[in-house]
Amino acid sequence: MTALLRSKSVRDAGLQAGFTGGLFIMIVVFVLTAQTNLEAQGLTSGFGFLERATGWEINFSLIDYSTSSPYWRAILVGVLNSMFVGAIGLTVATVLGVTAGVMRTSGNGMAELLGTAFVEIFRNVPLLLQLFFWYALLIGLPKPKQAPFVWDSIALTGRGIFVPGLNVSGGSVFLAFLFLLAAFGLSLWLGAARRFSRMGKARKKTLRRSLWLGAIILGILSMWLGRLPDTPLVNMPYLKGLNYREGIRISPELLACIIAISIYGAAYIAEIIRAGFNAIPGGQSEAGHALGLTRWQIFSRIRLPLAIRVVLPTMINQYVWLFKATTIGIAIGFADFFMVVSTSINQSGQTLELIGILMGGYLLINYTMAWVLNRVNDAIKLKGTQLRI
Amino acid sequence: MAKTYHRPTLLDHVRTRYFATRLDTAMSVLFGAITLWILWSLLNWAVLDAVFSAADKELCGHDAGACWSVIDARWRLILFGLYPFEEQWRSAIACAAIVLVTALSCVPWFWNARRLPVLWLTGFAVFYVLMAGGYFGLKEIPPQSWGGLSLTIFVFAAVAIIGMPLSIVFALLRRSELPWIARTMGLVIDTIRSLPLLSIMFTFAIVLPFVLPGWLIGDKLYRVIVGYALFFACYQAEIIRGGIQALPAGQEEAAKALGMSYWHRISYIVLPQAFRNALPPTINQFVITFKETSLVVIIGFFDVMASGNAAFGTAEWSFAHIEVYSFVALIFFVFVFALSRYGAYLERRLAVASR
Repeated sequence: MTALLRSKSVRDAGLQAGFTGGLFIMIVVFVLTAQTNLEAQGLTSGFGFLERATGWEINFSLIDYSTSSPYWRAILVGVLNSMFVGAIGLTVATVLGVTAGVMRTSGNGMAELLGTAFVEIFRNVPLLLQLFFWYALLIGLPKPKQAPFVWDSIALTGRGIFVPGLNVSGGSVFLAFLFLLAAFGLSLWLGAARRFSRMGKARKKTLRRSLWLGAIILGILSMWLGRLPDTPLVNMPYLKGLNYREGIRISPELLACIIAISIYGAAYIAEIIRAGFNAIPGGQSEAGHALGLTRWQIFSRIRLPLAIRVVLPTMINQYVWLFKATTIGIAIGFADFFMVVSTSINQSGQTLELIGILMGGYLLINYTMAWVLNRVNDAIKLKGTQLRI
Repeated sequence: MAKTYHRPTLLDHVRTRYFATRLDTAMSVLFGAITLWILWSLLNWAVLDAVFSAADKELCGHDAGACWSVIDARWRLILFGLYPFEEQWRSAIACAAIVLVTALSCVPWFWNARRLPVLWLTGFAVFYVLMAGGYFGLKEIPPQSWGGLSLTIFVFAAVAIIGMPLSIVFALLRRSELPWIARTMGLVIDTIRSLPLLSIMFTFAIVLPFVLPGWLIGDKLYRVIVGYALFFACYQAEIIRGGIQALPAGQEEAAKALGMSYWHRISYIVLPQAFRNALPPTINQFVITFKETSLVVIIGFFDVMASGNAAFGTAEWSFAHIEVYSFVALIFFVFVFALSRYGAYLERRLAVASR
């Protein structure tokens, strides 16, 4: 017996069995307790409730939703809302963050000061507090009757921002967006993938141009086909009674979420970008100088591409992290994935199933995002193992 | 004639930093104007046009300035929440104790596997005894009536104390040579890391009572703290693992060759060096943890965010949300900025040391 214990392989097997077995027993205990608790409350487990009508409203939805819609549709609305805020927030955050990061490494004292102040202020205050702040600011805008009406088309009211919209169906706008996205992805692929490395530069350029042109034409076509009948193309908001009608209403909740995520994310991204630029050896831009390149050429052709390569792995983590941060929308009542699930839990009592859906959903979205970005990273990173910039 | 070296004067410095080219001049003027405009409006709003004392509340709203009267009237609510009024000095000392402990942990003398835990456990014990009472003739006050800044600090300190040892265990398990242990731990860590913190807090607060046997449930606050500590540990474990992986393999091999046991290798060779490598990201993680403590308000706790919301919750002060948010933001900013500056300083120092 002691000889058996002294054998390393037996000990190792025992340890591993103990560890995984312990976790397994823990899960079994959880499931068994959950079953007895649920039986005591008279709840049936299972996903049948997803077909039931919800009976509650959602304040913002990209697809058709009413109180008689089933639970799965409510959850879908939540997922789409989260992705909507995430997509806009991450894009704006990237643009702002790169601007601030470039300002901080520009060598111009004034630009560095402004960039640093921006980063330090917004990075050192909790996102939730910033969200509350922007929300309070947006809610505090004047009532529709006294609200400013900029260029007779944009109304800034406490009940939301009203902007002109197009009289086309939502599906066709989405389709047009998909076309543009596809063109963007394809042109990236064209530039980076090894398959096209033998193709001539001029040919790549014409191919890329025709890609974009095709996407734009297809997009316009799909919007044209999706026009709502008997209405003007552009619909302007106008004041009627106590509120604005027509146009597109951007609710304060949505806007506050987007602003908060964008600015907080931008402060973090700016730091990543700055670190990326600082990691590029000075010899690179000096060599550019020596070749007689202008400042803009050195920036756009040498420093920026090198910096992108350095920062991309960090940026992937940052994007996943920022997307997770969109869950704070619940604090001001924006119906994102998390809020829809938590409302569903309150209303239906199917706690375990809904938490499972919530976690599965976030895992799926985050893993997909990380996977796609990692493919991009694989495509642009230096091949081989030596450390180079 | 040989050119002598010309030591750059202040004027030269200004010229190269602000007016090197025409573009630079334009940028300096533009950004300078923006900076001045922001500073001037801020100064006007926060100081020149502002009303400071609670007695002058009627003056608020005449100018466009800030109404700091609300802070003057409500600062105790914001800082201490619903903690009994006469006992609030205890809350203040308790917070000061944790701040002191945090400051002391920045002193290298404490960076040691014995001193640091002792320091933190002592600080936490002082905090808990002062806040909860029941000893030394202090009135007993249950955690349910804690609030404001002290609740935020309590959650933060508890998460750090539970999460830090847990993260070391997680990191070691993930690096284990036994494939099943390493893989299972990797799966757990990666899963928890890709979930939002809010959903983990929510699960621990709302769902756990369903799946735990009755005697394990405990108070909601403690469940949320455990959930947060787990989340923290998963992030921190990856940071420590990064620190371990940055070590040259020769370190551990040499220790093995000397016949050191696993625990000796880990505690005397690997972890001390790994922590040194991982120090800057660890501080960064603490900064993020402190900021995200504010999320407990969504689960329904009365932390400094909630007490801030309550401060302008009455009709009397309902207009003053910007002032209150600025005040709460300032509290966070002081803590977080100090800690992150310290982290940056440490990073520079370590970079110099390892050159």
